[in-house]
Amino acid sequence: MLVPALLAIAFFVLPIVGLASRVPWSDLRRLVSDDASREALGLSLITSLTATVIATLFGLPLAWLLARVQFPGRRLVRSICTLSMVLPPVVAGVALLAALGRRGVVGARLDAWFGLALPFSTPAVVIAQVFVAMPFLVLTVESAIVATDPTVEEAGRTLGASPFYLFSRVTLPSVRPAIVAGMVLTWARALGEFGATITFAGNFPGTTRTLPIATYLALESDIDQALLMSLVLVAVSMAVLISMSDRWTGVVGGRR
Amino acid sequence: MVFAAASLTDVFTQIAADLEAEGGPRVTVSFAGSSTLSAQIIEGAPADVFASASLVQMEEVMRARPEAGAPVVFATNGLVIVVERGNPLGIRDVADLADDDVTVAVADAQVPVGAYSAAMLAAAGVALEPVTLEFDVRGVLTKVELGEVDAGVVYATDASSSDGVDSIAVPDEFDQQAEYPIVALSDDDADAQAFISYVLSDAGRVRLDEFGFGAP
Repeated sequence: MLVPALLAIAFFVLPIVGLASRVPWSDLRRLVSDDASREALGLSLITSLTATVIATLFGLPLAWLLARVQFPGRRLVRSICTLSMVLPPVVAGVALLAALGRRGVVGARLDAWFGLALPFSTPAVVIAQVFVAMPFLVLTVESAIVATDPTVEEAGRTLGASPFYLFSRVTLPSVRPAIVAGMVLTWARALGEFGATITFAGNFPGTTRTLPIATYLALESDIDQALLMSLVLVAVSMAVLISMSDRWTGVVGGRR
Repeated sequence: MVFAAASLTDVFTQIAADLEAEGGPRVTVSFAGSSTLSAQIIEGAPADVFASASLVQMEEVMRARPEAGAPVVFATNGLVIVVERGNPLGIRDVADLADDDVTVAVADAQVPVGAYSAAMLAAAGVALEPVTLEFDVRGVLTKVELGEVDAGVVYATDASSSDGVDSIAVPDEFDQQAEYPIVALSDDDADAQAFISYVLSDAGRVRLDEFGFGAP
């Protein structure tokens, strides 16, 4: 039992050790002050956080709908709304082009009526991230809502509380740890988004070149820079995972 | 395993099939931007043959793999502007690409076709703000075929391989000649040598001509 477990740990630790061992630490100052990677990091942070907020605003009501409301075709709706999580990201990008591109079902009308072209813009980056990342929030929160006791909400209803009041004051607070966990997963997925972004939003510095895309490009031109950007992504992800498990969910979960 | 520039996709697929049909070895070809391939080879990818769209990436690989043979230039290529079929915006020359109403895709400058495109635009004195810098020439072509951009700069051979686009010639005085070198990365690999010999043979030349590649 112990041997495969240790092998599994080594399997996950080794790539990080490899990355850390190849980062040219003596060159760190030059690499960190590099404008191109700071620009990419800034764009990545702004877009991924925006995507997380949007995914939360729309994902919470969707999770509630799937968990609490019986309607025909619910399983189908759930499958469709979480499909993008398992699709290859490039396919997600092609699908977004087919819908929102200049020749897309909706995109052609946006272009004709409002002169609005989404591809190759920063909003396109956010859309790609929301599309692939929102299911993480929906599934996490939905299963948490299903696990809570519906009689509490029913009691509230008999006392005359409105559906929105029950949702915002009873249901959501009781699943706060799941919301936080879902938001973190969504954000991490959005931060790492590559395939859908390059397909739907393209690659241009300052507009659509996020940190993962900049890392991929740097791998071909400046490998030291690529290693450093990879390390930044590892560090940010580690920080999120640690703070999530120790602080937020722990304390909030304990209070529950 | 043959690592070949994305612009060689059609012709090398055909040549690999020809070689196998004539009783030669079965060759697997991996296509990507030359800079992607050179980075992979330098990091130790198991490539036996490298065919690059530029001497720059070939030199990088040669520095990392000094035991390889001497590269031979086997083909040349030029640039064209591709536009949507029927050319609805009436784009006529390089200067039209700088219009504010025209959205343009080019390849990133670290990919050979991107470097050639930048040099061509500079030679023509056109300052261009592309909407996207694609990872390889096929990415540029696809964005034009899908109608997501109005125009793109690609190799002449890519334009002629596509039914979905019209091409506009780049004047000779601005055009950049792309040179394609090929090399065996180990001396003693018979399959690699067989593939390179076939590319350099008369039969290989016929196929290269057919797909629009110039002779060196």
